[in-house]
Amino acid sequence: MDAFAEEFLNWEVMVKYFPDIVAGLWVTMGLALMVIVSGLILGLVLAVIRAFQIRPINLLIIAFVDIFRSLPPLVIIILLYFSIPMFGLNWSGFICSWIALSLVLASFVEEIYWAGITSVHKGQWEAARSTGLSFFETLIYVVLPQVIRMTIPPLTNRTIVIAKNTALASVVAVQEMLTVAQTSLAYAANSSPLTLAALGYLMMFLPLVILSRYIESRFAWKR
Amino acid sequence: MSNSPLLEVVNLRKSFATLEVLKGVDFTILPQELVFIIGPSGSGKSTMLRCCNLLEEPTAGSVLFKGQEISKPNVDIDTIRQHIGMVFQSFNLYPHMTALQNITLALRKVKKIPTSESQDRAMSALEQVGLAEKHDSHPNQLSGGQQQRVAIARSIAMEPDVMLFDEPTSALDPELVGGVLNVMHKLRNDGMTMIVVSHEMRFAQEAADRVLFVDGGLIIEQNTPEEIFNNPQNQRTREFLSRVSDH
Amino acid sequence: MDLELLRFNFFNIDSVINVYPLILKGLWMTIKLCLLVGPIGFISGMTLAGVYSLHIRSLNWFLMVYVDFFRSVPPLVLLIYVYYGLPFFGIEIPAFLAVLISFTLNSSSYYGEVVRAGIESIPAGQMEAARSSGLSRTQAMIYVILPQALRNVAPDLISNTVELIKATSIASVVALPELLRMARVGQDLEYNATPLVAAALIYLIMLWPVVRLLSRLERRMMSSH
Ligand SMILES: Nc1ncnc2c1ncn2[C@@H]1O[C@H](COP(=O)(O)OP(=O)(O)O)[C@@H](O)[C@H]1O
Ligand SMILES: [Mg+2]
Repeated sequence: MDAFAEEFLNWEVMVKYFPDIVAGLWVTMGLALMVIVSGLILGLVLAVIRAFQIRPINLLIIAFVDIFRSLPPLVIIILLYFSIPMFGLNWSGFICSWIALSLVLASFVEEIYWAGITSVHKGQWEAARSTGLSFFETLIYVVLPQVIRMTIPPLTNRTIVIAKNTALASVVAVQEMLTVAQTSLAYAANSSPLTLAALGYLMMFLPLVILSRYIESRFAWKR
Repeated sequence: MSNSPLLEVVNLRKSFATLEVLKGVDFTILPQELVFIIGPSGSGKSTMLRCCNLLEEPTAGSVLFKGQEISKPNVDIDTIRQHIGMVFQSFNLYPHMTALQNITLALRKVKKIPTSESQDRAMSALEQVGLAEKHDSHPNQLSGGQQQRVAIARSIAMEPDVMLFDEPTSALDPELVGGVLNVMHKLRNDGMTMIVVSHEMRFAQEAADRVLFVDGGLIIEQNTPEEIFNNPQNQRTREFLSRVSDH
Repeated sequence: MDLELLRFNFFNIDSVINVYPLILKGLWMTIKLCLLVGPIGFISGMTLAGVYSLHIRSLNWFLMVYVDFFRSVPPLVLLIYVYYGLPFFGIEIPAFLAVLISFTLNSSSYYGEVVRAGIESIPAGQMEAARSSGLSRTQAMIYVILPQALRNVAPDLISNTVELIKATSIASVVALPELLRMARVGQDLEYNATPLVAAALIYLIMLWPVVRLLSRLERRMMSSH
């Protein structure tokens, strides 16, 4: 047991690398927040555009959404990271990870919102349109508020899964928490920095996971 | 009472894919009339009504509102619809809004009435249907009859020129029907022009100016309620009425 | 932007011809990994959910902590912990086993959550009817409850499985020679990104039909809420 503590919960090592890990934590948090904000917004915008049912545009959206839901996020990040210089751009791993994960989240979010929009009863549209509200006004004031409410549980779950994927940014040299922890682990020849990082992730995501459990029971839309 | 028609339907046809539901329907609604539409299920009554505010687009023929042809493609239908109220069988209240918000939405967004004034108007509409005290309730806190009365208030708050009712009481438990019919009676006495699709024959006899009998996508017969119910001319009308009165 | 350069770097047939044995080897490893981790994760998940449905307070509390813990930690962190962390402790394990362990911990939690939701969606009357006809609790679970529960959450189960297959790509980080790893080896050998594009296409071909199916199922589920 002592050997275990020495290796995984080494106080000295933890204290020494604590500031580095915290710096990494900020990067992870920043990246996750950026991904969540841009992914949720882009996904909503795509779903709204899709509601207008313009065939060629819809096919594009469906293709985009399907591709980004089929490819592993890590493949997307790496592909973007290695291809971007080819376009004369010089984006950092951070930017590439942000864009890649935002597109992935947006794809899932679009699908969830779209499923919600199609599930709102036709009578809601008719009632609103019969009072003179336009298509867009009906979508904004009558349909989307209902959609957002019933899609909260799947949205939270998906958002958590994809926000956790910020750890993948370590593969393209972003100085986020996992990268920092791995570097520290090599220097210290001790696993305690990884323990710290794992605690960092728990601190970030455990409250969200518990929140999602609560939401699931509050807003249960399933069957 | 002016005699220029409020609503005119001329040679209206409607098909869904290959199914021809309306096969050339003509009728005229005068101001302050209450016109009842009866007929077997599937005969096209709802479709007829929904063509009047262009929820369904006619395949052929025209719909004229106050002399303006509104079934033409370049008409701004949203500005017309605020003058034509509609009440649905399934109420279709917005579940995420209170009764009051259900009513004020179109007042604010379509009529552009400031919030406080639209609230006053919504409250007086709720008073008309006897539900002022329920203004803060959400639809799921109301009975079916109350929901339908709120839906009616949502329509009358827009001060429409004509109101369309599509089986407003069919989804209600029997003991809740009376409350809704009372509200409709009051509306009629206040001079509202109404087109009502319904199976409430008693209400038709008491309140309607005219009754249209529809079958197979055509108006088979139209007359005063006394004539239709006591002295139907057409064989199909007689059959229909005898079947309904069995119940 | 130079189109010819783009073609040369990303859609270069020659480099695919050079490295396709590598890619195929990687694909085979990915498939083996999925065939192993999928069933193990699913069965452990079902077991977790079955135990949860016994409603033993202290046990359920423990299960909830287990599930939430592994849903909170990114799978890559878990993998690195197992693969790079344990050796310092004197436990040297091969990459394949490290992947297996960390993925089982992770996927059993996700499957467990889904199956639990499925079981809870079945009205209590089903269990009562089954028990009153003389079936044991386990029999009732296996023959009456689980079949209905699994059908109710089929979209989530499929979605979980898609996520699991995609997640196997992170095994490349610990140099397990699966599809993404082999594509990157090919990329280094050829000095060309085409092998990476090829791997992406393979993932797309494998998963796109499932993703399409999922869209339909999910829409149907939400419409019948
Ligand atoms: N949106 C639609 N698509 C296809 N068929 C429809 C649609 N709406 C109505 N119908 C068909 O048109 C016929 C008339 O329907 P409806 O006007 O609702 O009759 P009623 O209200 O008299 O019962 C029915 O056969 C119905 O199935
Ligand atoms: Mg009808």
